Amino acid sequence: MKKSGLFAGLAFVLLVVFCAGQVMAKPVTIQWWHAMRSARGEVCNYMIKQFNESQDKYVVVGTNKGNYDETVNAGVAAIRAKKHPHILQSFEVGTQTMMLSGAIYPVHELMKDAGYNVNWKDYLQPVLSYYMNSDGNLMSMPFNSSTPVMYYNVDLFKKAGIPLLSKSESVTWDDMAEITAKLVKSGVPGGLVTAWQSWTQIENYSAIHNIPFASKANGYEGLDCELTINNDKVVNHIARLKSWMADGRFFYGGQKYQGPKAEFLAQNAGLYIDSISGIAKLKKAVKDFKWDVAPLPVESWMKAPQNSIIGGASNWVLKGHSKEEYEGVAAFLDFLATNRMQGFWHMQTGYFPITLTSYKSLKDVGYFDANPFQEVGIKQMTRREPTKISRGLRLGYFIQIRNIINEELELVWNDSKTPQEALDNAVKRSNIKLREFEKTYK
Amino acid sequence: MIKRSIFKSRLLPYLLIFPQILVTVAFFYWPAAQGLMQSFLLSDPFGLHNTFVWFDNFIALFKDPLYLRSVITTLLFSAATAFVSISMGLFIATMANRAFKAKALIRTLLIWPYAVAPAISGILWLFLLHPSYGVVALSIKRWFGIDWNPVLRGGDALVMVVMASAWKEISYNFVFFMAGMQSIPKSLIEAAAMDGASPFRRFWAITMPLLSPTLFFVTVMNIIYAFFETFGVIHTVTQGGPGGATNTLVYKVYQDGFIGLNLGSSAAQSIVLMSLIILITVLQFKYVERKVQYTG
Repeated sequence: MKKSGLFAGLAFVLLVVFCAGQVMAKPVTIQWWHAMRSARGEVCNYMIKQFNESQDKYVVVGTNKGNYDETVNAGVAAIRAKKHPHILQSFEVGTQTMMLSGAIYPVHELMKDAGYNVNWKDYLQPVLSYYMNSDGNLMSMPFNSSTPVMYYNVDLFKKAGIPLLSKSESVTWDDMAEITAKLVKSGVPGGLVTAWQSWTQIENYSAIHNIPFASKANGYEGLDCELTINNDKVVNHIARLKSWMADGRFFYGGQKYQGPKAEFLAQNAGLYIDSISGIAKLKKAVKDFKWDVAPLPVESWMKAPQNSIIGGASNWVLKGHSKEEYEGVAAFLDFLATNRMQGFWHMQTGYFPITLTSYKSLKDVGYFDANPFQEVGIKQMTRREPTKISRGLRLGYFIQIRNIINEELELVWNDSKTPQEALDNAVKRSNIKLREFEKTYK
Repeated sequence: MIKRSIFKSRLLPYLLIFPQILVTVAFFYWPAAQGLMQSFLLSDPFGLHNTFVWFDNFIALFKDPLYLRSVITTLLFSAATAFVSISMGLFIATMANRAFKAKALIRTLLIWPYAVAPAISGILWLFLLHPSYGVVALSIKRWFGIDWNPVLRGGDALVMVVMASAWKEISYNFVFFMAGMQSIPKSLIEAAAMDGASPFRRFWAITMPLLSPTLFFVTVMNIIYAFFETFGVIHTVTQGGPGGATNTLVYKVYQDGFIGLNLGSSAAQSIVLMSLIILITVLQFKYVERKVQYTG
């Protein structure tokens, strides 16, 4: 009896001490909801682990909420229920919606409030500019950013007697006409396919040639903007692709990347435009031919092509948490931007390293000599300072607008509409969406 | 004399149906009311800016030629899916109803596709019919020179989603037709046969009228299926494309609401959809049911 009482007492004391210790050292939990799955998800988990082990004040908990759409919707539901995470990853087309939501804590303020003096000049400017407001203040922290490039089948090029493409100088669209003609003549079923047609053939085409996609500096300077993609240059570009369909120099493989990629893999197409994130996928999938990467083609009249624009997502900090927690958020974002993390991120996923310093340190260790594919996108995107037109797009209901553009382009490809009709209609339909959006936020 | 228990309490019946009402209100009426409310609002996804706009969302919908096109697409799609699955189901049931060997086995095998989820059914058909990697699509292109391309052409895409949707519903219809035919007295058919009626005549004069309650039920179920449950097929096969050719009403609600975060318009579309399905069901019960002969 006496012995067990002693034990109980001892156990109680231990328990109290243990609990007190727990309470005192209990770290602040930071929730991060992201859309990174499988291999990329594991990279995120690794970075989170590194952060948690590097200090003992904060613990970051990363949760995958599905794909981009699902993550945004999870965030929406959580904000409505006031159970939202500290950090929410949202894709680039949702930027305007997030920015105007009234639910966010702008990143530039957060970093300043938490006492970090970030050298924003050191960041890749075309990436930052996509997430800045019109005053040039950063609203969300860029996380995974990519840009489209052109892949080509080296074996088919050699067979058709076409010289291989440069990794830094763009070919012109006039050259493309010849290259695709030679490919088709040499017996390849098709010349060019493109993934994500709205992003690669209209959004990036406009940025590279410095053509406004929408009025009001692509929507940066006001919600009352209107689409301007029915201009002659874009219409001519689409008309050219359409005319190439007659002899197979261009053909349509679907809105997303799966169909076009399948055509490239089956060697039904010699050229394939897609995001740089395709590098990893092609490395895995291509076994029976050699391929290479080139920058996107430009028009011959464009002597100084602009930067291409990004795709991907950024991390938004949400309002309504304590100051202490925000200090943790800032520490985590700062940690993610370190050279070591950015280098790791780039090597593992192919997404851009976010700062010039980390880009340089990768270069210094000879990473790009061993992986020349990876640098094509970075060079294409940083070849010029972004202009007001090439810095990005800031449109409400942009996801629906992209859908509209996709639909109208498909009607061009299947002979239902002329390029001019289709783009006029895309502008008309998108403007209705833009007005609806404007009315919502009045 | 029948023995009855009479309960005096007026409260008791309400108490007894209370759990049922609770479930119905919580899971049907409350969300429906929320949807109705949302359809009158212009709001951002986070619900922080709400403007009451009366019927603006509905007016915008009916002014949108694409929405009207989506209505037509849906009607066409549903009618085609229901027609294909019902006629095939009926045909197979008629064949399987004849006595032949391994009847039980064949019947069991025929029911299997119903166990396949619509999304999986879509993926299976995509593997057959996708122009870039579909086995059947590539074969018919090579052997017959048929230029089948559902990624590019709306008509082809519509055919593809109708096939994928109707395929799994054939099994469902088959089971009901089979059961219906089993309950038709053999003597009737034998008597007709003795009177010299051909198999075809026997089918139209005896089997069909006696099968009409089943046919009616199956038609209602198939149309509702084609309206609502084919989402998985469309999502995996075409995502509403190309050029919106397979963008049915249900898919558009998802695209505008979930993907596009345009909740007001999406809610208005749901309300229209709800009214439409109520209307179809009422019409079916009012007019089609009159011709149905229920055996006493």
